[in-house]
Amino acid sequence: MSGAVAIRTSGLSKVFGGTVAVRDLDMEIARGELFGLVGPDGAGKTTVMRLLAAIMTPTSGEAWVAGLSITKEGERIKEKIGYMSQRFGLYEDLTVIENLRFYADLYEVPEKERSARTERLLGFSNLTPFKSRLAGQLSGGMKQKLGLACALIHTPEILFLDEPTNGVDPVSRRDFWKILYDLLKEGVTIFISTAYLDEAERCTQIGFMHKGALLMKDEPLRIKKSFGLPVIEIWTDDARQAGELVRNMAGVKGASIYGDRLHVTFSSMESVDAVVARLGASGVRVRDHRGIVPSLEDVFITMAEA
Amino acid sequence: MSGVGVAVEVRDLVRAFGDFRAVDGVSLKVERGEVFGFLGPNGAGKSTTIKMLCGLLLPTEGSGRVGGYDIRNESEEIKKTIGYMSQKFSLYDDLTVEENIRFFSGIYGVPKAKRRQRMDWALKMAGLLESRSAVTRTLPGGYKQRLALGCAILHEPPILFLDEPTSGVDPLSRRSFWDLIHHMSMAGTTVFVTTHYMDEADYCDRLALIYRGRIIAEGTPRELRQEHMDRTVLEIETDRFVEALEALNSKGVEAALFGRLLHATVDSEEKAVPEIGSILSEAGIEIKRMEKIMPSLEDVFVTLIEEA
Repeated sequence: MSGAVAIRTSGLSKVFGGTVAVRDLDMEIARGELFGLVGPDGAGKTTVMRLLAAIMTPTSGEAWVAGLSITKEGERIKEKIGYMSQRFGLYEDLTVIENLRFYADLYEVPEKERSARTERLLGFSNLTPFKSRLAGQLSGGMKQKLGLACALIHTPEILFLDEPTNGVDPVSRRDFWKILYDLLKEGVTIFISTAYLDEAERCTQIGFMHKGALLMKDEPLRIKKSFGLPVIEIWTDDARQAGELVRNMAGVKGASIYGDRLHVTFSSMESVDAVVARLGASGVRVRDHRGIVPSLEDVFITMAEA
Repeated sequence: MSGVGVAVEVRDLVRAFGDFRAVDGVSLKVERGEVFGFLGPNGAGKSTTIKMLCGLLLPTEGSGRVGGYDIRNESEEIKKTIGYMSQKFSLYDDLTVEENIRFFSGIYGVPKAKRRQRMDWALKMAGLLESRSAVTRTLPGGYKQRLALGCAILHEPPILFLDEPTSGVDPLSRRSFWDLIHHMSMAGTTVFVTTHYMDEADYCDRLALIYRGRIIAEGTPRELRQEHMDRTVLEIETDRFVEALEALNSKGVEAALFGRLLHATVDSEEKAVPEIGSILSEAGIEIKRMEKIMPSLEDVFVTLIEEA
């Protein structure tokens, strides 16, 4: 395995009872990527992450993380990676600094490096003024940043973040992404799962998971550009009524409302004019329509419904 | 918007907790049938405002009406006029789907003669006709959310308050949830909704942004984008994004990564385009594309909050 690859999986599968949570996953993620695993609830995102973090063993298949086998070298993988679960893994009755010290013990960070590292992580996450506050009394955004700081205490090469921004407000989310990009610049590989497509758009690579299988993996821009179906943005005086009407018309695969615009996915270019004409005939005034690059949401909803 | 008239109107609403004014002079007007988005960071005063509108908390100062009833002394009437759904979904996890619906029918005083019909309606709306005997705990998030919505509107309230209704719900379920909300609004229901997700703010007719207890911006999504972004965002596609970012930042250009792309915020497009062009070509980086983009609502709100 070459040094340029951070994560590689081969036929990775996990079965719980009769349910296949992860099905035959083959995937490669290069070092220095910010990879986003996207998919609906129950798609298998968390299971993949736990397998790669060597918290769980696969039913079949294999994977290598930082060049180490998840089935044979799980303990060594833990030294190379940071992992933040959906609950941030914090001790709410410990203070900010005590949480960091606890993780430093857990990861056996050498005594002489500790204070420099905790100071740096506190600064980096803007938590220095709150270091004596109990974790349980932090806001959602601050808990998230502390969770991240704890996952970074042993300067891992690869960082796993499981739906890190659930319930976090936009300003804190923006800060959090700034931190992720700073880590990326330092060469850390980041593997993040999310159910939010505006967040997936910020990743350098994304994989779309559905019912345990990886349906697609590419750069966000390339995924949007290679979407085979025409997407037309229609501007009318009543987007909602237009949406209701369009959904039941022949040749329309889906429609969604974006403010006063409608994005309509067509099964082929031929149906476009007919649909626009029928909309006009139903009394909806069509102000304008034009072909657009689809949003990731347009792409994924069409794929998941296929 | 199909209704005519005012569903919610409050003036100079204040709620103080000791010395702290959680809500500090909020005035709002929501038309009937409107989908009104109420946005703001945690701790900005969103929940306190909603509690006052729902008749759960008395204002320290100010006045207003919800569904025509006075928020100071007609809170019982308000509670019958509104539906409320919170991010926690307030369902009883250990009851079955049917038992939850029956329980909320009782709470909301749905007339006995109508209960059967409302039960069927809620089951159908939530897509749970086949799973009516399932224990609520075992349902996927998207179904729980729709069941909670169904329970909140069993009594067919003309005004609906939704507090972060899509938190932790996946994209497919969110999409169908919003379809449902738009359906109800077309039928005349007023929807007052809070969310952290700015792509969802685009689904609203009108928005207000609250910060430190005050409304700092209000308007349609389009107006907010046009009026409140006096700076231009350029999207730049290059062959090496990390180096490109460093080159631009070292020359004082305000730029940030967005996936493999860069977003540069500039005062003047005319001046910035050639400047960025020469910085990157000096660094030996190829520009594949550079164009002005519409700011996202998130860009607008983060800017407004940073300036406030």
